[in-house]
Amino acid sequence: MMESQAFQKIYTQLINMTKATVTLKAKGVGYDEMAMVHGRRAQVVKLMGDLVTLQVFAGTEGIPTNAEVTFLGRPPQLKVSEELGGRFFDAYGDPIDGGPQVEGEIRDIGSPSVNPVRRKQPSQLIATGIAGIDLNNSLVSGQKIPFFADPDQPYNQVMANVALRAKADKIILGGMGLTNDDYLFFKNVFQNAGELDRIVSFVNTTENPPVERLLVPDMALTAAEYFAVDKNESVLVLLTDMTLFADALSIVSNRMDQIPSKDSMPGSLYSDLARIYEKAVQFPSGGSITIIAVTTLSGGDITHAIPDNTGYITEGQLFLRRDTEIGKVIVDPFRSLSRLKQLVIGKQTRADHPQVMNAAIRLYADAANAKTKLENGFDLTDYDERTLAFAKAYSDKLLAIDVNVDTDTMLNISWELLGKHFTKAEVGIKQEFVDQYWVGE
Amino acid sequence: MERNNKTTGKVAGIVANLVIVEVDGPVAQNEICFIQHNEERLMAEVIKVVGVNAYVQVFESTRGVRIGSSVEFENHMLEVSLGPGILSRNYDGLQNDLDKMDGVFLKRGDYTDPLNRVDKWGFKPLAKVGDKVTAGDWLGEVMENSVPHKIMVPFKMDKRYELKSLAEAGDYTVDETIAVVVDDEGQEFPLTMVQKWPVKMAVRAYKDKPRPFKLLETGVRCIDTLNPITEGGTGFIPGPFGTGKTVLQHAISKQAEADVVIIAACGERANEVVEIFTEFPELDDPRTGRKLIERTTIIANTSNMPVAAREASVYTAMTLAEYYRSMGLKVLLMADSTSRWAQALREMSNRLEELPGPDAFPMDLSAVISNFYSRAGFVYLPNGSTGSITFIGTVSPAGGNLKEPVTEGTRKAARCFYGLSQARADSKRYPAIDPIDSYSKYLEYPEVMENLKKNVGEEWLADVIKAKDILLRGKEAMEQINILGDDGVPMAFHDRFWKSELIDFVILQQDAFDAIDASTPMERQKYMLSSVLGVADAEFKYKGFEDVSVFFKEVINIYKQMNYAEFESDDFKKHESALQELLKGRMN
Repeated sequence: MMESQAFQKIYTQLINMTKATVTLKAKGVGYDEMAMVHGRRAQVVKLMGDLVTLQVFAGTEGIPTNAEVTFLGRPPQLKVSEELGGRFFDAYGDPIDGGPQVEGEIRDIGSPSVNPVRRKQPSQLIATGIAGIDLNNSLVSGQKIPFFADPDQPYNQVMANVALRAKADKIILGGMGLTNDDYLFFKNVFQNAGELDRIVSFVNTTENPPVERLLVPDMALTAAEYFAVDKNESVLVLLTDMTLFADALSIVSNRMDQIPSKDSMPGSLYSDLARIYEKAVQFPSGGSITIIAVTTLSGGDITHAIPDNTGYITEGQLFLRRDTEIGKVIVDPFRSLSRLKQLVIGKQTRADHPQVMNAAIRLYADAANAKTKLENGFDLTDYDERTLAFAKAYSDKLLAIDVNVDTDTMLNISWELLGKHFTKAEVGIKQEFVDQYWVGE
Repeated sequence: MERNNKTTGKVAGIVANLVIVEVDGPVAQNEICFIQHNEERLMAEVIKVVGVNAYVQVFESTRGVRIGSSVEFENHMLEVSLGPGILSRNYDGLQNDLDKMDGVFLKRGDYTDPLNRVDKWGFKPLAKVGDKVTAGDWLGEVMENSVPHKIMVPFKMDKRYELKSLAEAGDYTVDETIAVVVDDEGQEFPLTMVQKWPVKMAVRAYKDKPRPFKLLETGVRCIDTLNPITEGGTGFIPGPFGTGKTVLQHAISKQAEADVVIIAACGERANEVVEIFTEFPELDDPRTGRKLIERTTIIANTSNMPVAAREASVYTAMTLAEYYRSMGLKVLLMADSTSRWAQALREMSNRLEELPGPDAFPMDLSAVISNFYSRAGFVYLPNGSTGSITFIGTVSPAGGNLKEPVTEGTRKAARCFYGLSQARADSKRYPAIDPIDSYSKYLEYPEVMENLKKNVGEEWLADVIKAKDILLRGKEAMEQINILGDDGVPMAFHDRFWKSELIDFVILQQDAFDAIDASTPMERQKYMLSSVLGVADAEFKYKGFEDVSVFFKEVINIYKQMNYAEFESDDFKKHESALQELLKGRMN
């Protein structure tokens, strides 16, 4: 989408330049407007009298002070139509798969928010087959939830699995700072699943300038809104990795001389992230946008500003952890949470679901205490021993990410494990469910 | 801010939502102005003036705005419209009626009327012609849903007036003149049911503001029993994400004994507001039998809505609360979350290039918070009636660290502290209010103690203190057990630990999603506490330390079944006698 309009005024005198911005004198420029600087894309970030400051996405390396600057008179845009399906684009919405430009209606990216009174309460369970998710942290359409994971964990693989099983009409991938290998992984998985037509990808790889990735979520969500609003489809948006997106924010704010707040992040980090995540919505007309994101952690630290602000915005988080007892990656039942699960569990799933879930996790917590005791060299009680045995089986049969069964089966397995290792009083579930489902004496 | 001609100006600079306007006349701090952008008028507020440049924060996105755009100043600060018809409305942070907006998406520059100008209200006069009246005096009343809504002398009228005429009982729209008052100089002022008030100023139409002394029941046991809040009291709930702040806030706003509930969803998740929109019209208010939504007003400025309006939203909510308090009503104001409001202040302070305080928050953050909390309170109105605003704010401490500026600033201002603990949340002990760290300063007020003795019971306070002691000693015992091992401590430590677990599981933990357990009336709380303390006082025979946990788990299990049963129902009594059986077999 290289633009050049003959009648536009060309400026040729830059006054100031930093690594990421250029400043020049110009008139009639709108805030947020796009421009071309020396053939590179830029956006207006500050207007002061007749001085215009532009953020050059690809950086200013090699730009001379007499570079040509033209203003495009519009904010960043994307052309939307059914033709988006099956295509791969860069952060500006230009094809990177060798295919032709997409024809369609032009939309500004970063559109306004949904009026909260026009939202519908999310109510549709998204089944993934992974018990660590479906049993303990059920996902609901219209939800926004990230994986909190260390960089060495298989979050992209789990996310791809979730996406393909989720039965969404469209899957939109927003890749930020993806390594080329990960980009090819997604491409292969989608291709092999024969699902390419319902997938649209916007990808910024580590080979592209980091500031460009600031456009990726808005591009992905503009496409998502097209399918969810205009076509009433259920759309699943995958954003990976939001930590790299936030890093790009801090680079820009640093170069704009803004005072950093916690962890060198801009003071507006919360609002910047919320603007993206809050695009997750259940529309009254039936369409929906669900966002599953990845926030990589550094050494599991969730108090860092990026995961911390994310946690306050998203409707829960999914933690992956390697369980050394069983040698598999599991969905951590303590630190993971789906805030919207209350809307579906026991309603779209079996009535015993909430109580079984809570009882099993409480007993799993007792096992963690027993483990601490063991590590500190104390004798274990019979109860401690039983919790440890339970925890191991629970991890292996339910929490491991390679589990793929339906929710009823997950509940039945839970009852089996509870009955095998505990008494009814120890489990402490409402009598009516115990009467109905208890396995054993 | 009296001016004959409107000041105008031109846009001279833009950085995100901070716009610099070159003005041609006087402007006031916090004055409202509108920036003309194509067909749209974008509302903004003056936050700093340097020479002829007014720095304004725009309540909307500034995308596309150009240098030179014209600006018109409005001669007043950010105001709300006060009158019948506020209850059960959903407003944004600037009091725009969200339901009146067209389309699914919010449109920039779309400002809607907060009141209904067409419907008629059944007016009943309360004052008499010839009465001497001042601001806040009641002239008449209309029934708003089931709430008696007083029509008052506007708060802005700062003199003494004589009531010259008053409408007869009948149906009127909010804009019809219902009274005429005359000042000492003979100037007449026609009054309607509507008045305006600037949100950043406190309404002071009351005679006296004593210390709060009456318990406000919330139905949440670990608040009412352990650390009660009072009518007109202030409290705050800090907690890392995922510890249940919002669930707790919703529970309090559903159950609390208030006439009017105002919820400010300030910079939080939109789906949480949708939950209120969806549930409240369905839920019954146990006190009136009508729907909860009828006594509730929601100010929704969710996290993706413009950040400057987020800052305004808490003030808008507080002003509405003050308006209803002046009618002699018990108002509960909830703000979720005040941290988002503080972050909005930080974003603007940053754009203004002010020297930052801790964590880049503005230096006066703590003062701003204290000033806001001070607007809550219990008041005596000039006519002798009482009204109150009980304010509970949540705080979202960055990284779960309670030493961060917003939590610290709030701790100085609020009298109740309900700290949510990550450890409790992780082990699903909800509500995750930490029983040891949390406090209610009101328990130290002699007038509150007196009131509790009279209304709950002579022994109540002693019982509460005892329960707290058991919890503390249980925690100490647990620490010893963890250090020395199960068999390295005397049996008494296990007994002590499990007695504290008993209180934890039966009194503190409460299932907010269970129809019966969600809300516990005071009478039932009293019964359960004294029952549990009875068990804690008793001495039991144990076969060994493992036996202690086995026994108490059985006891707890029965108590939990009691909590799930209707109070004093057959089911409840059946579990209770099973409990008695179990205890008897074990007594020393």
